[in-house]
Amino acid sequence: MEDALRRTGGLLSTLAVLVGLLVLWEAAVWLFQPPPILLPAPSRILTDFLDTPAYFLRQAGFTLWTTLAGFGLSVALGVALAVLVVSSRWADRIVMTVLVMLNSLPKVALAPLFVIWMGTGAEPKITIALMLAIFAIVADVVLGLRSVDPDALAMARVNHASPLSILLKIRFPNALPALFVGMKVAVSFALVGAIVGEFVGGSAGLGFVILTAQGQFDTPRVFVALVILGVMGTLLFYFVDMLERLLLPWHVSQRGQAGGH
Amino acid sequence: MAPLEHPGLEAMTEATAPACVEIERLGRHYGLPAKPIVALQDVSLTVREGEFLSLLGPSGCGKSTLLRCIAGLDKPTTGAVRVRGKPLSGPPAGIGMVFQRDVLLDWRTILDNVLISAEFQGRGRKENIGRARALLERFGLGGFADRRPWELSGGMRQRAAICRALLCDPDLLLMDEPFGALDAMTRDDLNVELSRLVQLGGRTVIFVTHSIAEAVYLSDRVAVMSRSPGRVAEVFEIDLPRPRPLSIRETPEFGRHVGQIRSLFSRLGLVREE
Repeated sequence: MEDALRRTGGLLSTLAVLVGLLVLWEAAVWLFQPPPILLPAPSRILTDFLDTPAYFLRQAGFTLWTTLAGFGLSVALGVALAVLVVSSRWADRIVMTVLVMLNSLPKVALAPLFVIWMGTGAEPKITIALMLAIFAIVADVVLGLRSVDPDALAMARVNHASPLSILLKIRFPNALPALFVGMKVAVSFALVGAIVGEFVGGSAGLGFVILTAQGQFDTPRVFVALVILGVMGTLLFYFVDMLERLLLPWHVSQRGQAGGH
Repeated sequence: MAPLEHPGLEAMTEATAPACVEIERLGRHYGLPAKPIVALQDVSLTVREGEFLSLLGPSGCGKSTLLRCIAGLDKPTTGAVRVRGKPLSGPPAGIGMVFQRDVLLDWRTILDNVLISAEFQGRGRKENIGRARALLERFGLGGFADRRPWELSGGMRQRAAICRALLCDPDLLLMDEPFGALDAMTRDDLNVELSRLVQLGGRTVIFVTHSIAEAVYLSDRVAVMSRSPGRVAEVFEIDLPRPRPLSIRETPEFGRHVGQIRSLFSRLGLVREE
């Protein structure tokens, strides 16, 4: 109860700060009258959105779907790679070398290549989102799988546990909090990847909206897309956060909220 | 063999029970072969079936390392460990182990934490639920089966860890300073409970501790270890009658045993008397 109150309070103060900033922005535009091509007022951005809301939401939907697909794949593939890395020294060397190499390469530079290979549909966007997101997942899950209490492993060994049951019953649950840390980073990276993909080639998504609006010097339209992206990114982050609360009520970082005792 | 203070007594008891664990000239070195850190040197010790033996010594004397060698978790550099006549290659069958920290898994309830030993041993979870509940009941945790470890106190957690070690009914129980992290009162409580458990018989226990009183209270024999290098200095027979109420610690006999061990400690230079 107290907790709920505190959280609503937190939400309210966040909203108050946001509204305050918007009012300040609106007032500044009204006062200094910059041309809308440089800086449109918040009200102008809102009316532009309300002119064609269906169009914006459709584009946002496309970006959301490629982001979530890339993110989902990065989690599935990232966890699998992490398991491989911790289970064999050879896999560790090969996978980590390739991953570090790929990660040091600016993936934005790879984007055109994916468009050549996969065309201008959703596939290259999903792939770029996946590539941007996966490193955080693998790095964090490997850490989580490895940082197991040695005594817990000794306990398992004394009971003649198989390597598979150690993985499933000790290592994997132990890595879940780290997985969620990775997922929170990865979900933002996946959104970046999806937008980068849309910049490079395609005819849908918020990245495409920004690119075409830029071509027409339609700054308010750029801002509409940016605002939607901001909201989307925030919601995606809190979606992962909520998932963590639901799935890991036992973890230290969640116990205050769990309210069990 | 390590020098014994009561060779006659030992020989007598040895004749009545077969050896459970035989440790022969065991050595354990760490680090580079050229400049090894010697944790254990030339340790020979026989633990008999059904006896409660404590490994007593100051920190750094290698008592935990010795226990880990017996558990098959650590490999001796020289010498050998045999459990029921079989040389070890990995943890032997039918052992249970309790660690200084309870190593309960936060994502499992207390009941599920107890059951994990059956799951690991492939004995089936369902078949053991009844037994796990009965064990928790016996250790005063009946009402906490569905709680998470972090909702319990240190003493309750360690009780649950003991239940986990006992679930598959091991005939050799290895305990590595299991009560070292607990407050004195909780420690007394658990000492009494463990003493009662031993009373039921049928179980060999090797118990690592640095508390002389705890070792004397619980044990049939106490192997005192000294450090650098770690070795067994002397084995004491504790002939106090069982059952042993806590008040036995105020008796002169108890005091005599503690005194003997303490004077060995000071002779070895492990404690100072002033």
